[in-house]
Amino acid sequence: MFEAISFYLFAFLTIAMFFITVTTSQALYALTALAAGMIFISAFFFILGADFLGAVQIVVYSGAVMALYAFGMMFFDTTRDLKEKKGNSLIIYGLSIVAAVLVVIIFAAPMVTDNISALYPMVEGAGNTQEVGMVLFTKYLVPFEVAAIMLLVAMIAGIVLAGKKMDLSLTMMSDAEVKDLKEDKNKKVLS
Amino acid sequence: MMEIGLNHYLVLSTILFSIGLIGVMRRKNLLMLFFATEILLNSVNIGFAAISHYYGDLTGQMFAFFVIAIAASEVAVGLGLLIVWHKRHNNIDLDNMSTMKG
Amino acid sequence: MELFLYTALFAPLVGSLFASIFARKKKTIIAGIVPSILLGVSLISSTILLVFVLTSGQHVQVEMMTWMETGNLYIPFGFVVDQISVTMMMVVTIVSTVVHVYAIGYMSHDKAFNRFFVWLSAFVFSMMILVMSDNFAGLFIGWEGVGLCSWALIGFWYHKESATWAANEAFIMNRIADLGMLIGIFLVFWNTGTLQYAQAFEAMQTLDHGTLTMIGIFLFIGAMGKSAQFPLHTWLADAMEGPTPVSALIHAATMVTAGVYLVVRSNELYALIPNVGLFIASLGAFVAIFAATMALVNRDIKRVIAYSTLSQLGYMFAAAGLGAYWVALFHLMAHAFFKALLFLGGGNVMHAMNDELDPFKMGGLGKTMKGTMILMTLASVALAGLFPLAGFFSKDMILEAAFVEHHFIIYGVLLFTAGLTAFYSFRIIALIFHGEDRHTALGFHPHEAYPFMIKAMIPLAILAAIAGFARPYYFDMVTLVLPDTEYHIHSAATYWIMTIGTQLFVIASIYFAYKKYMSSDIKVPDGTSEMENSFKYKLLINQYYIPHAYEEFLVKPYRALSSFFWRQIDQKIVDATVDGIAGIIYSTGENTRTMQSGNLSTMLKWMVTGLVILLSLAVAFGLAANYTNLGV
Repeated sequence: MFEAISFYLFAFLTIAMFFITVTTSQALYALTALAAGMIFISAFFFILGADFLGAVQIVVYSGAVMALYAFGMMFFDTTRDLKEKKGNSLIIYGLSIVAAVLVVIIFAAPMVTDNISALYPMVEGAGNTQEVGMVLFTKYLVPFEVAAIMLLVAMIAGIVLAGKKMDLSLTMMSDAEVKDLKEDKNKKVLS
Repeated sequence: MMEIGLNHYLVLSTILFSIGLIGVMRRKNLLMLFFATEILLNSVNIGFAAISHYYGDLTGQMFAFFVIAIAASEVAVGLGLLIVWHKRHNNIDLDNMSTMKG
Repeated sequence: MELFLYTALFAPLVGSLFASIFARKKKTIIAGIVPSILLGVSLISSTILLVFVLTSGQHVQVEMMTWMETGNLYIPFGFVVDQISVTMMMVVTIVSTVVHVYAIGYMSHDKAFNRFFVWLSAFVFSMMILVMSDNFAGLFIGWEGVGLCSWALIGFWYHKESATWAANEAFIMNRIADLGMLIGIFLVFWNTGTLQYAQAFEAMQTLDHGTLTMIGIFLFIGAMGKSAQFPLHTWLADAMEGPTPVSALIHAATMVTAGVYLVVRSNELYALIPNVGLFIASLGAFVAIFAATMALVNRDIKRVIAYSTLSQLGYMFAAAGLGAYWVALFHLMAHAFFKALLFLGGGNVMHAMNDELDPFKMGGLGKTMKGTMILMTLASVALAGLFPLAGFFSKDMILEAAFVEHHFIIYGVLLFTAGLTAFYSFRIIALIFHGEDRHTALGFHPHEAYPFMIKAMIPLAILAAIAGFARPYYFDMVTLVLPDTEYHIHSAATYWIMTIGTQLFVIASIYFAYKKYMSSDIKVPDGTSEMENSFKYKLLINQYYIPHAYEEFLVKPYRALSSFFWRQIDQKIVDATVDGIAGIIYSTGENTRTMQSGNLSTMLKWMVTGLVILLSLAVAFGLAANYTNLGV
């Protein structure tokens, strides 16, 4: 009973938040609604018993990702509305609805649902986090390590792309050059 | 109706996915486009988690986990590129980004 | 013997090919001499074959190679020299050789001298194929070949629009008739399974009467075109636009007789369907008198001779229709000689008078052109049918045949026409050669033709004179393959009355012609005399207004129809469809080009569209697989 109530509540909220994200003309509203939506999705994970996943969702998505997006917001004059040329709403909404209907049909097909079987069944008795750890570090070890490397690369890329004066290396310059650089900067600030 | 089954979660996932599609098609601002992409990824995560729960298989959660990791790195790189473009052209309107015109 | 067959057949072709080397160059006399020599070779070969066939009574048959062998259809290139074809070969080669030699002189001032001989020899080659072939397909090849060469020769002076028009008229009219002939040939093949003469005629003995009638009628339609029977006759008079040697060869002796040859060759068929034969005979008699009336008033000497040819063709068909095939063939032979002679003489006159054709502007030419006058008078006497020249033997035979077969109307018509023939022939002779000199006042200075041309015409004159006496030998030879009905009038008195009476009638006509046209007050008619304005005259001089009717009721509507088809259907429908297909492909490309706009938003929309399409395909295939599995 509680499950049903919470499901429908969070479902309604999530859908509303995401709908605001895609339709509002204010950039800040979109950002806020997205963050809210992320939190509500983690609620689903907790309902489904995927505790670890829910925690990761909150930490990574609503923490790191939304922070990154907030930095991205610097490029907007947030007091003005987003100026967007309107596309043909009919096509947009129509296509999406049709896609949704088709996917539901596919999922509802007995052929699909009758042929699914479990590959890595859950272990009884252990908590979710323990189970996740067990599977992650045994059967999914390689993807885990690769994902780690990928994150490292993404981080470096992000720094390089977004940083200023990345072609100067402070540690490799001599002291005199560093002093000159500081004075140049100060001069600029003063004037 | 009261008994929440797999189908409910799948329908929810589909609805969220279609909202994401609407966003992808509608938004002309690159940053907003990224938001819509996040929606898409999240809806899929719900689907994975639901299937994982109802079939007693942890594969779904693992997949969702990796999807989150990848989404994060994608955001980092994507925002970096967005910053560079903004420095160049001083706007991030999709209609102006047509250098790949065929 | 086969060697002589091939020589006779291919020598004209070699001559034509030799002359074609010079076709685009200036006149070289050798381009005329070599074909003439080669034709002489062909003549000698034909003579040898004639002697062989005459003495031994055998045929010479060869099959050169296979043309088509598909399914049931087997058509070889086969040639046969039997009594009928050897007669035709002799006629063709004699007249062609004479005409070739004559033409060396006649065309000597013409720029396109070489080209003339190419076509003339090619024509002879086609005619030889026509008469020597042993199946209907080869006959048709020759048929079309002579049609083509005749087109090229009538329109030889192609810069003149009247000449090209006349050439097209001849070709198109022949083509219309050829459709009938083709249908006839198809019917022959369909009902008998073969196109070889021997087998086809044998198989025809067992066919039913209706089919035979159809075959006979359709083949005769082809003959009507080639031999210019009514209503496909208008081309023959207009074909006089070509040079005179062409008229002499083609439209007197050879091409126009191809129709008669066809009927004679198919005598076994026509013997089975006497009703069609009677129709042919009646039509022939009609044409005879029809053409003779038009020749009475015409003021163009070549046209008069052309109508005379038409009239005599009518005689030949009348004979063939009545079943007297050997008589028809004999008249064909005799007619070839004296008609060619008449044409060549007319050519001399034309050349002397600077291509003037109106006899009223001539007169008294006998003083300067003695040789031509003698030859033409001889030919006209032969044409009129006076004893002892060739025309008497052949024409009289036809009249006898008609009388004996109790077709008195045909007899009467042919008899009256004989009188008309004599009248108009000698009208021309009198106007040209006798009477007062009208031409000097108009500025003409005529002179006789080159001596070698006159000498070339002499063999024809000799043959026109003596050919009649060869009749018994001819009869013995040819009745080995043709029905040998002899037409004897049982009562000697009737016979003599008929013959003498005919001769007297003819002589009277000649005398009347001379009297009328040698009087000294003949003037060039200028359209004001009472005679010229009378209805009868107008009717005849306009050829009974038949060409006018064809122009109004056939040519103009057809042209309008063609124009309609061109504008409305071809341009608007067919072209539009083709252009439309191209246009659709273009516009599809143009419109789908917008997919590659470089705009990310648009491309995302297309991506979602593609996704939707794939999903619907997945649903559709899933449903299909599901339900077909259930069915299995």
